[in-house]
Order: sequence, then C-alpha cells, then structure tokens
Amino acid sequence: MNAIADEVPATVAVAQLAAPLLKLDGVHTYYGKSHILHGVSLQVGHGEVVGLLGRNGVGKSTTMKAITGIVHPSAGDVLFDGQSIGHLPSHRIARLGIGYVPEDRRIFPLLTVVENLRVGLDRHGVTKARKAELMDKVYTYFPRLAERRSQSGGTLSGGEQQMLAIARAMMLEPKIILLDEPTEGLMPRMVSQIREIIDVLHREAVAVLLVEQNVPLTLDACTRIYFIEKGEVRHHALASDLQVNDPVIHQYLGV
Amino acid sequence: MGVPLDQILIQTINGVVTGMILALVASGLTLIFGIMDVVNFAHGELFMLGAYVGVLTLAVTGNFWLALIAASLLIALLGAAIYLVTLRPLIGRDSLTTILATFGVSLVLQNYALWQFGPVSRKISEPIVGHFTLFYLDYPWYRVVIALLSGAIIGGFWLFLKYGTVGIWIRATTQDRVMAQAMGIPVPWVLTIVFGIGSAMAAISGVLFGPFGGVDPTMGLNWILRAFIVVVVGGMGSLGGSIAAAILISLLEAYASLWVSPSQAVIVSFVVLIVTLLFRPTGLFVATPK
Amino acid sequence: MTRRHGVLFWAGFAIVVALLFVAPLVLPPFWRRFVTEILIWGLLAMSSDILIGYTGMISFGHSAFFGVGMYGAAAALLTSNPPNLWLALAYGLILAALVAAFVAYFATRLRDIYFAITTLIFSQIFYVIIFTSTAWTGGENGLTFDQPKLGFGETLSVYFTPTTLHWFVLFVVVASYLLLRRITQSPFGMVLQSIRENEPRTRAIGYPVERYKIVAVMLSGLFAGLAGVLYAIQNQFAAPDFVFFLVSGETVIYNVIGGIGTLAGPIVGAAFFLLLREGLSRFLTEYYLIPLGVIFIAMVILLPQGLLGFARRWLNQ
Repeated sequence: MNAIADEVPATVAVAQLAAPLLKLDGVHTYYGKSHILHGVSLQVGHGEVVGLLGRNGVGKSTTMKAITGIVHPSAGDVLFDGQSIGHLPSHRIARLGIGYVPEDRRIFPLLTVVENLRVGLDRHGVTKARKAELMDKVYTYFPRLAERRSQSGGTLSGGEQQMLAIARAMMLEPKIILLDEPTEGLMPRMVSQIREIIDVLHREAVAVLLVEQNVPLTLDACTRIYFIEKGEVRHHALASDLQVNDPVIHQYLGV
Repeated sequence: MGVPLDQILIQTINGVVTGMILALVASGLTLIFGIMDVVNFAHGELFMLGAYVGVLTLAVTGNFWLALIAASLLIALLGAAIYLVTLRPLIGRDSLTTILATFGVSLVLQNYALWQFGPVSRKISEPIVGHFTLFYLDYPWYRVVIALLSGAIIGGFWLFLKYGTVGIWIRATTQDRVMAQAMGIPVPWVLTIVFGIGSAMAAISGVLFGPFGGVDPTMGLNWILRAFIVVVVGGMGSLGGSIAAAILISLLEAYASLWVSPSQAVIVSFVVLIVTLLFRPTGLFVATPK
Repeated sequence: MTRRHGVLFWAGFAIVVALLFVAPLVLPPFWRRFVTEILIWGLLAMSSDILIGYTGMISFGHSAFFGVGMYGAAAALLTSNPPNLWLALAYGLILAALVAAFVAYFATRLRDIYFAITTLIFSQIFYVIIFTSTAWTGGENGLTFDQPKLGFGETLSVYFTPTTLHWFVLFVVVASYLLLRRITQSPFGMVLQSIRENEPRTRAIGYPVERYKIVAVMLSGLFAGLAGVLYAIQNQFAAPDFVFFLVSGETVIYNVIGGIGTLAGPIVGAAFFLLLREGLSRFLTEYYLIPLGVIFIAMVILLPQGLLGFARRWLNQ
C-alpha cells in the first residue's frame, strides 16, 4: 500500500503516506517550564487504525491533547486533511472532524445519557432527520445506553461510561477518533466490546488513533504502531510484523 | 408578646415577594460563579443600571413591560461587553484577580450612575394599580404580580437550562470546560452569553424592584451584599439553593422587621450566614458537602 | 538580598524617611495634613498586604479593623480625663485584636473567594452594628473628642502640633514597617508566602496552615486597628463611614496599585491614589472615581505587579 520505512533507532522513522488524514510534524509542547513533547511525528491515513504504545508518562496523552487543541504546540505542526490546526481552539478542531475520547472518559456527570449525546449532536447543518438517524445508530451499537438514556452520566458504571464517551464522540460524525486508553480499568468482557467498537468505527470509515497499554488488543486492532518514549516517537512497525513478546515491545513497554 | 395574625401574614407575603426578587438577582450571580468561577462584584451595579434603564424607558414609552425588555437587552449587552473587555483577558489568572477587576467595574459603574443621574432617588410607577383585601388590610396587587413574574422568569430560565441547546452547552461547560470545548461547544461564546444572561437577570430584578423603593445609584450596594449572603448560604453554583436561601432569608428579615427597624433586620441575614459557615459551609441547601 | 541591593535599599529608605520628616516643615498646612493622612492610609494598606500579598488571602474586611481601632481610641479619649494617648492606643489595639480573632475564627477555614466575600460581609456587619447602636457610637453622626497630649502623665506631656503629630505618625508607621518587614522575612513570613504559593503542598509538608492564617489575620488586624487609632487622634472624629466596606475596597486598590507583597508598595499605592484623587477632583469634582476606577481595572489587567513591582523589574534589568 504505502512505502514504509523500517526501524531506525536514533531518528524518527515515520510512515510516509500519500495524503494522510492526520499528520503531526515535529510537535513540541511545554507544561510551564517542563518540556513534554520533544518533536513528535506521526501520521494516520483515512480510515486507518493506528496504535500508539508507550509506558506511563511518556507523552501519549499529551500527544492527544496537542491534536485536539487542549494543548498548543510551541513548535512543529498538526495537520488535518492538509490544514494546519495547531493554533486553533478545541471547539473548532472538534467541528472539523476530530473526535476525542480521553483517559478517564470524562463524560458530563450531571447530564443524562441523552444530554451527553446531544452535546455533540447539536451542530450547524445537521437536520432533525439526521440527528434521529445518528441517535438510532448509537442505540443500536450501544443497547446499554439506550436502556439508560435518562440516567445521569455519573450513575453509569465504568464500562457504560466508556461506551458513552465513545458514542458521544461519534455524534460529531468525525473523520478520526482519538481513543486514550479505552480499556483502562475495564473487565475483560468489556475489553472485547471495545475491540468490537473499533471494528465498527473502521467499518464506518472512521480512522482511529489508539493509545493503549494493552498490547494484545493494540496488535489485534491496529495496522500500524508507533512507539513513543520520553516525548518522542522512537519506533514504528506494522502490527503484522510484531508479536506480543517481541523484544521491541519489551523495550518500550517493559518495566 | 402577641403579634396579630394578619401582620404575620402580611410579612410572609412581603418576605416571599422580596425573596423572589432576591432569588432572581442571586441566580444571575450564582450562574456566573458556577460556570466561570467569577465573583461578579459589579452585579449590584447591573441591577441598579437596569432599574435606571427602566426609569428612562418608562419616561419615554409609559410601558412597564417595554421597560423590562429594554433593561434586560441593554444590560445584557453591557454585561457581555464588560466580560469581553475586563474578564476575558484575565482567563488563566487566579480567581482573586477577577474579584478585583469586577470590583473596579462596580466602582466605575456606580460613579457613572451618580454622574449621569444624580443622587436623588427616582420612581418607577407600579405596573398594575389596585389592592386586594387581605383580612382588613389592603395589599397592593403589583407586588404579587412582580413576585409571580420573578418566579416565571426563574422557571423559564430553568427550562432553558434543562432543555435548550445552549442550556445544555452551559451545563456541560460548567461541569467540564475542557471536554465541553473538545466536543465542539464554542466555550468562549458560551461564557460571554452566560455573563450577559446573568447581567440581564440582575437588570430585570432592578426594574421589578423599582416600584418598591426608589431608584438611586447606591441601591446596588444593598442588594449585592444580600445576594452574596444568599449565594453562600444556598451553595455557590446551585440555582435551587439560591432560590431557597433567598426566600428563607427574606422571610426571616420580614418577620424580624415586626420587632426591630429595617436597618437592624438585616442582621438576621448575617446570623444565617454565620450559622451556615459554622455548620454547613458548602451551603445549607446543598445535598452532600463536597 | 545581595549586599548591593541591601545598601541601595537602606539608602533609599533613609532618603524617603528624611524627606517625610522634613515635609511638614516646608509644606503648607493643607499638604502637611495630606502627607500625614497618606501615611495613615498607607499603614492600613500595608497591614492588609500581610494577607493579600504574603498569605494570598484577599480581605475586604479591613475597614472593620480600622473602624474598630478608631472607635476604641474614641472610647478611650472620651472616657479618660485628660484624654490619654496610651489608653487610646491600648483600647484601639485590643478591640482590633478581638475583632480580628473573631474574623479569623470563621474566615480562615474558607477558600479564597469565600474568604473574600465573608470578610466583606463581616465588615458590613460591624458597620450595621456601629451605625445602629446610636447610644454607644453616636450612630450616623459618629463621635467627636479632644486630641490627647503626647507624653506621660500631666506634667511630661505637650499638645500635638500638626508637625509633631506628623512626626509621631511617621515614627509609628516607620516602626510598623520595619517590624512587619522583619516578620515577613522571618521563617514565619516564609511559611505565609509558601501558603500563598501552594497551600495544599504547605499543608502536606506538615505546617498547621489554619494556625498560620489566624496569626496572619490577627497581625493584619492589629496594624489596621493601629491605623484607625492614628486616624482618630489626627482627626478627633470617628464615624461609621470608615467601616463601610468601600473603605476596604479602596485599601485593596492601594495594594494593587502599589504592588502586593512588597509592604512599601501599598504605601506608594495609597500616595498615588490619594494624590490622583486630589488632582482629578479639582477638574472633575466628585466623579474622579470614574477615571480612577478605569485606571485601576487597567492596572489589574496589564500591570498586576503594581507600580513597585514594575519598578523593581525595571531596575533589575
């Protein structure tokens, strides 16, 4: 499909896609005086499912925040569909088509399930019919949410909140969804549900950038994987070339 | 010391009536605080300026309802302008800075009113003339109407918050501002609107209160203090709490005025505040202390 | 502070004090009084800097301490015969300390915003009490009384002249400044600043934050009360207007304009504000607060470190 550069230890090796949907180019971010991201570069193609693996605290979540505009790059750029979005406020970025499912889900606890969904639904140019369609679709994929539609978000279980967070992002009809550690703290049964949802998204031609620490899930769901360490993307590989006990995995995720 | 029943009844109604107006004022204040953590010191002045817009509109059109509309629109715009000029630049700074900024605004507005309108009190005439008999006393209709109006406005606002699109945006922004923005809600715009709505609520209260007492540049001071007490007693950020606290405090003050002078009756609200701070500092009507 | 800074500081300090000392000898009567008043309001502002600048607690209640000090002095001067200066100081300070203890008890457990609002409301409580207790306080009209003599006993005292009164005030203010400076630079002061920077962390390290806050409030209240006593002595007058929360508000303005956390800044702020008010009121009569308020807002937004902070930064480059 695309020419892919294989691992080059010292410098960043990034897949060169023809026309990537999302591209990060040497992104640096700071938190006060702390230098968090030291030049992150990665790409996600249209409809692709790409993984981002790394230990705690290496900058995975910060990378997501840099894409969604919660944190602004102090150097480097974020390009979405060719358009530079690094300086845009989060709400504009969301409306351009980037859905975000953060660590800790962060659904609105005092809003009902329906109201949580409406947050992404009430946008310009969405007809009533389309809104009804989207709601139906979500209820089909997430029957649990349909049952609990009038309950407030804070009363849902962890797994249900995760469903809601993903469904809420889907309401934006995004071209890509960023999933930040969706399986954290979930039971194995729910983990396989997350796997199915990623498939659903892929079928709907929504690209996915998956940040995870669950290696088997990531290897299974993604086509390509980036490895991040100390705020930099250090390695890149095809999921099909990797196995769970690969030395590379140990290098970037091992204790 | 037997107090005649009709006196108690009259004071009950008085208490509820002023309580409704106070609730409207406090709602605006608590809304602004709940969503943007800003203590709006200028709220009393927005109340006062609303009353003046009411006076001027009445002088020109003679219509009380037009006065209400004019006051809410103009002061909403003023509020939005104040937010954009003085508060937006302060996003990210500590919350105490915003207190200072709004305090400065209140000084400017108060003295502006003094300069523009002079210190002499003006009158807003009652929207509805006439009394009804309660026992063997006459109670003016307009007070009841005003209480009902306040209630209607608060109720309408509650509905807007619960069901309106922007209402949901406001609630989402209050709960998690970062995620609200990441979901596509135009948060900067929402904040401006909220400040405008809060200001409008203060302005409407000013017009509604007009017929009760005079309209003068210092009327805001009295109300801002009471509004602060209500907001703290009711629980900051809690709409229902503010309403309950407003009515409670107004009732207690009304009853107290049967025995002491009005300027001393205000001590009642201070006592309620102290009691709240001692036993339930997060608010008397807040379900679980955070 | 480096040695060079130290020398510069004390040199500057000496110059300023010398100028203030000489002032009443060269200025016309109006300005002579004016400078004395600047010192008194400066002391009040400096006292609130302990809370605002060093502990990070904005207080809108300083008018209560000031007023109580004033009325305490009034009580002493009305009841002692001949009016006794030291009694006035004692009454005023003790009363201020009591009020400060009261406020401290309630307010120190509260988060910043709640604290600010609560101090505001407390100063209004005292206002209402003073305003309505006409029998004790003269209500709306306030109290007038004679000025005490400076000295001890009947034989060793002299009447104040405007000049000697100024020197007395200057002495008290300078002594207060030096004392407060010592305190803020002591370990105690360091803990206060650490509370301002990061209260949870200070608590986590093990400091009993509430106790430090209470001491800070009492210290602040004492010096505010002292300012009130001085004002009473200078003007022979006590009125509820001074307890109204707007006075607290103006105090906060002096702090912000001058520069919080500098002790001297608030005095500079008071001077700046009062001079500006004097100047503007000649052109704009009573509405000077409009442009002054705008200047204040602009400073909060653009120059948050105040005049002194700005000057410091400018000198340091």
